[in-house]
Amino acid sequence: MMFNIRVGGEAGQGMNTIGTLLAKSLLRLGYHVFTSKDYMSRIRGGHNYSDVRFSPEPQQSGTEKVDILLALNEETWEIHRNTLGDEGIVVFDQDDFSPEGQGPKKKGISLKKKAEEIGDRRIGGVIALGLIHKMLGLDLKQFKKVLEEKFSGEILEKNLQGLDWGYAEGEPIFSVSEGKGLKGTKLISGNDAIGLGALVGGVQFYSAYPMTPSTGVLNFLASQGERFNILVEQAEDEIAAINMALGASFGGVRAMTGTSGGGFSLMVEGVGLAGITETPLVILNAQRPGPATGLPTRTEQGDLGFVIHAAQGEFPRIVLAPRGVSEAFYQTIRALNLADRYQLPVIILSDQFLGDSEQTVMEFDPEKVKIDRGKLIKTHEEETPYLRYKFTEDGISPRLIPGEKGEVVLADSDEHNQAGNIIEDSETRSKMVEKRMKRMETIKEEMEPPLYEGPDPQNADFILVSWGANYGPVEEGRKALEEDGFKLGHYSFQDIWPLPGGNWEKTLQTKPWILIENNYSGQLGSLLKQNGTGSPEVFIRKYDGRPFTGDEIKRRIKEEVGPRG
Amino acid sequence: MVEKKEFQNNEEIAWCPGCGNFSIHATLQGALADLDLEPHQVVISSGIGQAAKMPHYLKINGFNGLHGRALPVGTALAAVRKDLKVIVESGDGDIYGEGGNHFLHAFRRNPDLALFVHNNQVYGLTKGQASPTSELGMKTGVQVKGVSNLPLNPLLVALAGGASFVARSFAGDRKHLQEMMKEAIQHKGFAFLDILQPCVTFNKINTFKWYKDRVYYLEEDHEKGNWEQAVRRAQEWGDRIPLGIFFRQERNVFAGDFPELSREEVFDPRERIYCWPEVLENFK
Repeated sequence: MMFNIRVGGEAGQGMNTIGTLLAKSLLRLGYHVFTSKDYMSRIRGGHNYSDVRFSPEPQQSGTEKVDILLALNEETWEIHRNTLGDEGIVVFDQDDFSPEGQGPKKKGISLKKKAEEIGDRRIGGVIALGLIHKMLGLDLKQFKKVLEEKFSGEILEKNLQGLDWGYAEGEPIFSVSEGKGLKGTKLISGNDAIGLGALVGGVQFYSAYPMTPSTGVLNFLASQGERFNILVEQAEDEIAAINMALGASFGGVRAMTGTSGGGFSLMVEGVGLAGITETPLVILNAQRPGPATGLPTRTEQGDLGFVIHAAQGEFPRIVLAPRGVSEAFYQTIRALNLADRYQLPVIILSDQFLGDSEQTVMEFDPEKVKIDRGKLIKTHEEETPYLRYKFTEDGISPRLIPGEKGEVVLADSDEHNQAGNIIEDSETRSKMVEKRMKRMETIKEEMEPPLYEGPDPQNADFILVSWGANYGPVEEGRKALEEDGFKLGHYSFQDIWPLPGGNWEKTLQTKPWILIENNYSGQLGSLLKQNGTGSPEVFIRKYDGRPFTGDEIKRRIKEEVGPRG
Repeated sequence: MVEKKEFQNNEEIAWCPGCGNFSIHATLQGALADLDLEPHQVVISSGIGQAAKMPHYLKINGFNGLHGRALPVGTALAAVRKDLKVIVESGDGDIYGEGGNHFLHAFRRNPDLALFVHNNQVYGLTKGQASPTSELGMKTGVQVKGVSNLPLNPLLVALAGGASFVARSFAGDRKHLQEMMKEAIQHKGFAFLDILQPCVTFNKINTFKWYKDRVYYLEEDHEKGNWEQAVRRAQEWGDRIPLGIFFRQERNVFAGDFPELSREEVFDPRERIYCWPEVLENFK
């Protein structure tokens, strides 16, 4: 059982708040919840909507199908009427408009008028949610708790009054499976999970320039900064943001910066600076469609090729693209450890879909969190003087925190000798390039191969290949197709660069595969091709700024490969 | 007692003979020794250009970063490592040109660091093009008809932007320069020191003699807390160029309430994360 409620209206009508309240109530009723947001780059007006999808089973994808459409204006009805199935119903403010035409069931209710009657015009949404709870046969107890935690006094009373009134206006028309009473689950967005990962991973400095859709991470860390001694600074531009983070990292603290593609473009020289100075740094790139300003509030996987090549010259880097919200948390911590251990830039490649979607996660496990600072040292015990870029077997030099009596630390963006001083001679230059690049071999060994799901690859008709947060929609589509008799495997890449080894190479050389990417050119596909996989049989792509959904994946694969079973 | 020679290293210096940088280099060592600062207690963040090579020619902590970006690096360092003295050192092209935006925002942010700009009114490393402070009419290989962009008055910009310490000195007056450097390093907040520096190779207008003939000290009774007066004096340029502290004011320092982290705390941030599960309560 999957159920999807869409709340739509114009910016400023509070779709986010309504969606969040509903999602929290469902979470506490024991459901797995997945929410996604579709919003325009404006503060008032336009058309925005939020989806709240729930099920007793885990899920990581949105859907094309809507079961209840809460239309806060007539435009919402016009835009979304075709998403409602035969069983679907539109809920609308009967004093505002009346949905015309045949099709889905309709339920009018007094929202604005009733809210004003109760004495708070902001509670229209809560009235509607009371009605929706009744329609779904859900208890209001959890919802009331959520409201009690959020409001108090007269405002709380009015909210509760509205909720009860809305509830009384409806009748149970859907029969939904009961939630499983999950204990300790949380509903977290990708951005908050990255922020939480940064916090738990020991970040003490975060500098960023606000840029959608990465700003959620900046907000989250700013809200926790004082309590956890994290210095969060809004920089004057992204160039300052990355250079500040590098300054803090040179000082010895764990540092991070975050942006979207446009800001990342400004940071590029700084990425190279992290490379040549061997300064650990984690950079979040929450992708949105480009180039230039592109579609600010929408999603795309268009920056993969860009981030693995960004900056002039050659130097090692790592790129990780978390599969979902839970992974966003753990991969951020891993990114911080990798940055310290290999003394290089690590890029977390997220996107608007992952950043803004909330997902039910089981409790994050403190036991799984380890902080590994690699060769960072507090005191230099070997022969003096300390050499920041000392040649070593593995290409990684001990990194001294500046401030030890008798020793100094020199980092340099010019090519340098072991002490960090400028050089131009060919021998030292060659040795330094080799020192930096040889780390790539060790890193490659510890990159995790793509996650594989499905039958033994040899028995699969096709192998699906995805990366990053496309994992959820693709996996949902794959499972649905399995029920229709398809035999499909699925490789989902999370470690992108350096590309991990593994069985996938052989499998993709021998089996027909379907590449699924949220971009035009198939950027992971190009990378795989360079590794000798050949081309995919089918390429399912999307570059309209919207995320894939599970049902869309199912439909499009069927269109491409025909019926099975 | 710290001695000057503790800052010496054996790097071969690549500046032209007679360059004003030599005197700034020697004076800086004197200022640091005078303040009893040891090499490990100081960090120089520099950008790109001749001036920016300073951390290579001293035994001192250094981050020689990108062109124009020395201020952001130094700003963060000063905030997270309050036990270190941060000096940002670069040229006029680096700080006023490439890094102009960071220069503007440093006044507002007021990080606890000293900014020394070697202002020779010309580009050295790229061989003689105009800098933001080059005089009108100065001919170069690029500005073939002479500079037509108005020269920037960095002191006036700093004052307008709210800088908490604004001073000027001259590389040819080491005694005064050392005094100014010491004052800047000791200032709590963003201390901006513009250092007039002859470029013997590329700037044939603003020579040692040109400066020597024009510079004079601000009067002893110049009110350092008087902003209007500072703005007025900062506009003096041409036949007479004042040196000294134009303006000084104590105000909130960037990240002033961020704790002073010891090197141990920097190394191991684990202590503070034990209570993180409480944060998760927001998400239920």
